[in-house]
Amino acid sequence: MPILPPFTVSIPSSEMAVRDALKQVLAALGPLELGTEEAGTVELVLAEVLNNVVEHAYPDPDTAGPISIACAHRIDGLHLQIVDQGEAMPDGTTPLGQPVSLDVDFEDLPEGGFGWFLIRDLAKDVLYERVGSKNQLSMRLAVALQPGETRH
Amino acid sequence: MQLSAKTEEQLRIVSVLGSRIDAAVALEFKDAMRIQTEDGPDTVVLDLSEVQFIDSSGLGAIVASMKTLGANRKMALAGLTPTVERVFQLTRMDSVFSVFSTLDSALAELRH
Repeated sequence: MPILPPFTVSIPSSEMAVRDALKQVLAALGPLELGTEEAGTVELVLAEVLNNVVEHAYPDPDTAGPISIACAHRIDGLHLQIVDQGEAMPDGTTPLGQPVSLDVDFEDLPEGGFGWFLIRDLAKDVLYERVGSKNQLSMRLAVALQPGETRH
Repeated sequence: MQLSAKTEEQLRIVSVLGSRIDAAVALEFKDAMRIQTEDGPDTVVLDLSEVQFIDSSGLGAIVASMKTLGANRKMALAGLTPTVERVFQLTRMDSVFSVFSTLDSALAELRH
């Protein structure tokens, strides 16, 4: 299986632009012929990461900036780097992404807090760095593995 | 975010007429659900068979819609496509709802 050439998708920060980015990335991954589950993993992780950028890195839509998604297919899966020029992560680190507690009363059932849990659960090697005025989040998704590689 | 709704044999059946419940439409979905379920039968069946993708905002909006019904009413989910079902399983939110693979199986089980 040939390795896909690296590519980058850039969007302005908005919820509708996130949809566009997901569509573009999945289209560019077409040659990998991902199955439903693998394509779902890529779409879900990227959606969570990009929605977080739109909501938290660029909280004011009037001053929202660009988001870029660089994607490289390697022998151990898909390497993603998401870069924005918005506000840094609080405390300079990513949320822990603990599972939500379901052992609660009906009215306390969680309506949020799933995003980082899903990212942590589905992505490997998650690394956040603040570089100058940029946030750089990189991760690996164990999809489209080359023969012989196992899913670690 | 379009929903269609009908009442059949003591069940309120709300079908999502769109392929995504994501951050872009989560608020709209919640508002539309509230309008479609504010009166009517105690049991609401949410038909997700056309939905190919939900993110955590969409999941949160579905939970919020269930909570809006109140503890004395019930929401069941039907027709989950594979990617949607996986989001519920990964977050364990499938344990909070009655989940049916098809709308027909939900209706067969819930109508009485």
